[in-house]
Amino acid sequence: MSQTVNTTDNASPEEIDADGAGVPVIPGMGEEGEKLSATVAEASDAGHATHSVPSGSQKRPVKPGSSRADRLSSFELADFPALTGREEDWRFTPLNRLAGLHLPDGDDARLTGAAPAVSVTELDGVTVETVGRDDARLGTVLTPDDRVSAAAWASFEQATVVTIGADVEATTPVRIDITGTGTAPAAQHLLVIAAPNSRADVVLQHRGSAVVSQNIEFDVQEGAGLNVTSLQSWDDGAVHVSAQQARIGKDASFKHVAVSYGGSLVRLTPTSRLAGQGGETEMFGLYFADAGQHLEQRLFVDHAVANCKSNVLYKGALQGQDAHTVWVGDVLIRKEAEGTDSYEKNQNLVLSEGTRVDSVPNLEIETGLIDGAGHASSTAQFDDEQLFYLMARGIEEKDARELIVRGFLHEIIQKIGIADVEETLIDQMDSELQVASL
Amino acid sequence: MSTLEIKDLHVSIETETGPKEILKGVSLTINTGETHAIMGPNGSGKSTLASTIAGHPRYEVTSGTITLDGEDVLEMSVDERARAGLFLAMQYPVEIPGVTMTNFLRTAKTAIDGEAPSLRHWTKDVKAAMENLKIDPSFAARNVNEGFSGGEKKRVEILQLELFKPKFAVLDETDSGLDVDALRVVSEGVNRAQDTGTMGTLLITHYTRILQYIKPQFVHVFVDGKVAESGGAELADRLEAEGYERFETAAAGA
Ligand SMILES: Nc1ncnc2c1ncn2[C@@H]1O[C@H](COP(=O)(O)OP(=O)(O)O)[C@@H](O)[C@H]1O
Ligand SMILES: [Mg+2]
Repeated sequence: MSQTVNTTDNASPEEIDADGAGVPVIPGMGEEGEKLSATVAEASDAGHATHSVPSGSQKRPVKPGSSRADRLSSFELADFPALTGREEDWRFTPLNRLAGLHLPDGDDARLTGAAPAVSVTELDGVTVETVGRDDARLGTVLTPDDRVSAAAWASFEQATVVTIGADVEATTPVRIDITGTGTAPAAQHLLVIAAPNSRADVVLQHRGSAVVSQNIEFDVQEGAGLNVTSLQSWDDGAVHVSAQQARIGKDASFKHVAVSYGGSLVRLTPTSRLAGQGGETEMFGLYFADAGQHLEQRLFVDHAVANCKSNVLYKGALQGQDAHTVWVGDVLIRKEAEGTDSYEKNQNLVLSEGTRVDSVPNLEIETGLIDGAGHASSTAQFDDEQLFYLMARGIEEKDARELIVRGFLHEIIQKIGIADVEETLIDQMDSELQVASL
Repeated sequence: MSTLEIKDLHVSIETETGPKEILKGVSLTINTGETHAIMGPNGSGKSTLASTIAGHPRYEVTSGTITLDGEDVLEMSVDERARAGLFLAMQYPVEIPGVTMTNFLRTAKTAIDGEAPSLRHWTKDVKAAMENLKIDPSFAARNVNEGFSGGEKKRVEILQLELFKPKFAVLDETDSGLDVDALRVVSEGVNRAQDTGTMGTLLITHYTRILQYIKPQFVHVFVDGKVAESGGAELADRLEAEGYERFETAAAGA
């Protein structure tokens, strides 16, 4: 069977529960983290383990630069050396398909193509501005943490700033349509500000053809609730690299749903920084890779303060020769982040041969005083018990399989909470499935 | 009237150390209107019998037959068996994320009947059946078994039993893990289905507790992959008093 599955933790969910008595330590990140979490997974034979290491000054065996906390972030392109493909965060990405977004020709080059057009629906209480790169609000939430993001920062000329006013409760979604018409490497920058105690749904719809590196900032201020859906429904050849970083203030909540199925190469790096106590983030994702598509998502949840919650669930389906998906989920629970409750899970469903799945959950915990932290990753052909259950109710095998795959994907679609977006996606996934060799 | 007939059934499963025989010659005949209780200790092969009737691919029939009104059940695929009128209420119903109960029930009913149920009647039937089983209406919009408690899963199995109207129902430890209230509600559901006079029931259980609510005409003691003794309802009373030990010793001596 010509199938590659690289997962640290096959179908064995783990729970790490801690009270004051013990310090759970999951040391290491990156390549090391992968190895270590695999060891932890083996140790939990029933797929459920409680880790508890005596408290005290347990030294984490972190090699320099291998903790997510030590990851370089900078506005200076030159701080990020030209990519070789051997970097931890680029090792799964085919650089030759980035169409120059990583500026391989040196630090003086820029992404000069026309950025995809941005149009935003007008809504009461929501202001939309087009600003120059010197606007002081830009770069207050997001700092590039890889070369392609830094290239976009160095290159963009104008940015779109969408502000949901304080206390505004938007009754209809803010729709941000991003439509590409060219293939010259371009840069794009957006900032969405959810002012204190505002509530809004934001839908980012990416369509057309593009080669673009994008930086998007979400400033979720105190008490605000922001629900973002980012749809990557590009035409076939598109190359889209997108850093989407959120800072979540005190008692604020942020939901991010990333859905990718179009384009040739899509690489998302969604980040949630929990920066104020009582903050919450939910990060959901759905990707459906067809033959030759590379869909990559690298999550980062940064628990920087106490008493915050995070929940990550990404689901992917793959079909066709050389469909490749990558999911890396970095969760960092810093020393200050006592009372954290965190969970992350990635599930992949393989529908044909010739595909490749990489799935790497990385959980780094620097304090013992957490409510809970766990991760799980699974990559499966199909759940035969689900199939048996449906068939035992008279449903034919082919229909049962379709129900299960739809159900698998719909679990994420159901999280979006915007009726018309959900309906369109259900249709879209059905047509993706039509091509599937079920 | 229908008849489900199991004759000298031998079943093996594939284990790490090679095939292992679990059922060692089971014979059993159930007619419409009858309730048979199969009682046996853990590991005696009760679930194996239930799953084999339903056609779970893990179980390999090495010899013997199962027929439904003379038709060879073993030749049928899992879905064909269900459409022929066999229903298995599972011991551990699985969760199916993203598939709502409403969608699932309608899809299954359509498959079993060979045509879509009339929408108006169907919605009413589902609502009434849920009410009878004290299943909250909100469950209709939830995903199949997802996040249901053990007791809720069992009620939903019986909900399906009532809606799909099979010829024969095999209930695999539907009583285990239920509190007294739930046990009563679930038993009433089984009795309603049985009282239609169009169904036969194979009630698999470890405990006699459920027999206060569901009255079998036949009781079979199941030990080490076969029926050790058959009798009427009084056999259950003896089991209650004496436990399985006597039968297990007999089986070991045999
Ligand atoms: N997948 C399996 N691998 C190995 N042994 C199994 C497996 N499934 C069932 N068995 C064995 O088969 C026997 C019968 O199991 P089961 O039918 O579940 O019994 P019951 O339902 O009466 O408790 C038991 O000894 C059990 O350990
Ligand atoms: Mg059993």
